[in-house]
Amino acid sequence: MIENGADVEMLLEISDLKTHFRTPRGTVRAVDGVSLTLERGKALGIVGESGSGKTILSRSIMGLLPRHGVIREGSVKFRGQEILGKSTKEMQSVWGREMAMIFQDPMTSLNPVMKVGRQIAEPLMLHLGMSKAEARQTAEKLLRDVRIPEATRRLDQYPHELSGGMRQRVMIAIALACGPTLLFADEPTTALDVTVQAQILELINEQRRDRNMSLILVTHDLGVVAGFTDEIAVMYGGKLVEKAPTKVLFERMKMPYTEALLQSIPRLDQPSHSRLAVIPGRPPDLVNPPKGCRFAPRCAYARDRCLTEEPQLTVAESPDHVYACHYPVGSPEYHERRVELSKASTAVGGSI
Amino acid sequence: MAGTGKAHLRPEGEALLRVEDLVVEFPVGRTGLKVNAVTGISFDVLRGETLGIVGESGCGKSTTGRAIMQLPRPTSGSIVFDGQDLTKLDNDAMRAARTKVQMIFQDPISSLNPRRKVRDIVMEPLSIWKRGTKEEQGAAVDKVLEEVGIDPQRAAESLPHQFSGGQCQRISIARSLVLDPRMIICDEPVSALDVSVQAQVLNLLEDLKKAYGLTLIFIAHDLAVVKNISDRVAVMYLGKFCEIGASDDMYARPAHPYTKVLLDSIPVPDPNVAVGKVAVEGEPPSPVNPPSGCRFNPRCPSASDRCRSEEPTLREVEPGHFVACHHPFFGGEAPVSVRTA
Repeated sequence: MIENGADVEMLLEISDLKTHFRTPRGTVRAVDGVSLTLERGKALGIVGESGSGKTILSRSIMGLLPRHGVIREGSVKFRGQEILGKSTKEMQSVWGREMAMIFQDPMTSLNPVMKVGRQIAEPLMLHLGMSKAEARQTAEKLLRDVRIPEATRRLDQYPHELSGGMRQRVMIAIALACGPTLLFADEPTTALDVTVQAQILELINEQRRDRNMSLILVTHDLGVVAGFTDEIAVMYGGKLVEKAPTKVLFERMKMPYTEALLQSIPRLDQPSHSRLAVIPGRPPDLVNPPKGCRFAPRCAYARDRCLTEEPQLTVAESPDHVYACHYPVGSPEYHERRVELSKASTAVGGSI
Repeated sequence: MAGTGKAHLRPEGEALLRVEDLVVEFPVGRTGLKVNAVTGISFDVLRGETLGIVGESGCGKSTTGRAIMQLPRPTSGSIVFDGQDLTKLDNDAMRAARTKVQMIFQDPISSLNPRRKVRDIVMEPLSIWKRGTKEEQGAAVDKVLEEVGIDPQRAAESLPHQFSGGQCQRISIARSLVLDPRMIICDEPVSALDVSVQAQVLNLLEDLKKAYGLTLIFIAHDLAVVKNISDRVAVMYLGKFCEIGASDDMYARPAHPYTKVLLDSIPVPDPNVAVGKVAVEGEPPSPVNPPSGCRFNPRCPSASDRCRSEEPTLREVEPGHFVACHHPFFGGEAPVSVRTA
């Protein structure tokens, strides 16, 4: 938006990406036809509940999937180049240098028997061909960038000697080491305390701005994406159900699912003992997803059509806002049902 | 931060549970060092009240919950439940007392026996305590399963892994209710659940509390969740209480710098609320070697020399609202260095 039109560089173009897993129970359609794009320098949040496919989507984009039993179709273009069919060998020039990932649990993602300094230096020597001394120096600078105090001493420590927040900073340093253009952060703060979470999110955000990186932030927490992303994609049952610029999504959401998700979060500004809005039931089984709209069985606004006909992504008032719903928030049918619901709930005095 | 002092305790007769000077220490291997998990806290819970305990990991909130159940027995302090000091009971008497105080844990799936049918799991407390005939037990189990929203028929046929996380938490709740306890200690009961399911479980707890006349202790790290369910909230840091008060009052007007830091750190699901500057640097220090004076002083934006040497005690800053801080945001004698916030 800030650039004058011509400069906008499309970093990532995904179309109709499918990622299915063959299991004894049948084929799990974890990601089922997702299309989205991401500009250079932008931060995209991918939001969804567990089992919505958000983590698999990010791993599928990066090509970090098990070797066997996976069906991956569609197209993933990175800087205009198709990377979907690339072999692990070919991807090695992409990982680290172009794309890097920060995982949820820093304790299990770091090598417990390797000193922190070596873990940061490794990609520098491997991908950028640095000498050992050079890599160590850069590693120290990276530790300072991620604001680890006493960086020199920390280089020779093992992960267990660091606190949870420090470990996550080391993970970020490793991810940033080779100067990637696209950073994935998969629930980067879920394992951390709130005060530390705020520090880590701020750090990621600041590094993104300084390095003109794009960020894909995968999380279940709508609070986290609200403050740190330009755009949000909401996933449900392996599908993209809504995508919009962050402000637009929070102000004019179209999907009843997005609305229900936001309303079910307890908020600090509500008085205590406020009755929480509830989404009944649970997410669909992706071996056998519902026929029509995947959210229909849990949706308060669903009608017959929703159970049989799958809604396609539709453009809302602003062109960068898409949603997949037959009777979106604000439609006459939505309002009609809403009136019925409020009558019913006052009659019985609330429902579970 | 420090929370010694008992100014906040209410008259003895009114409380169902009254904990005084609770200390829990764990040895660190054979080093002779000890982890000061809980250091001299006191609190009480009235009949029908919900007390929330919030804090970061390692602050001692779960240890406090478990100490009430004598799991393990605390190092010192008294825990008077319904007129009985639990710390003085022998093991058999304590087992009997546990039928009145039950607990729900964080991970619902691993807290259920994976090899037993769900209905049998819920029935087990009744058969251990030989409450009624087989038929009466069956009827009681089916009733409680219905109440938490689990189909008894399905429960009779299925193992825990055939249920989702939210359903397993409902089953744990049913198991804790079946002996008709007076109090339930909920240790992070919704933190492993998705938000949509979390709301279901929170509403369910609220309903059951009314239906069964329960008293709850709700331990969690999520301040919004704790506010939603609690009448009173205690904020813990490194084994001590910083602040305790009615939830609406305390969230509207935190008096302790740490409470404010916690509240400011929560990302709000609203892009129009500007993301604040990082409220506090660093992480909680080790409970093996806690700081002297107020335990929050190394990270506190308002700390003075006095905070480094003298431990503050809990005192009332407005009716029912207590804080352990030398320089609270209000109600203090001389709020010297707090103007920056």
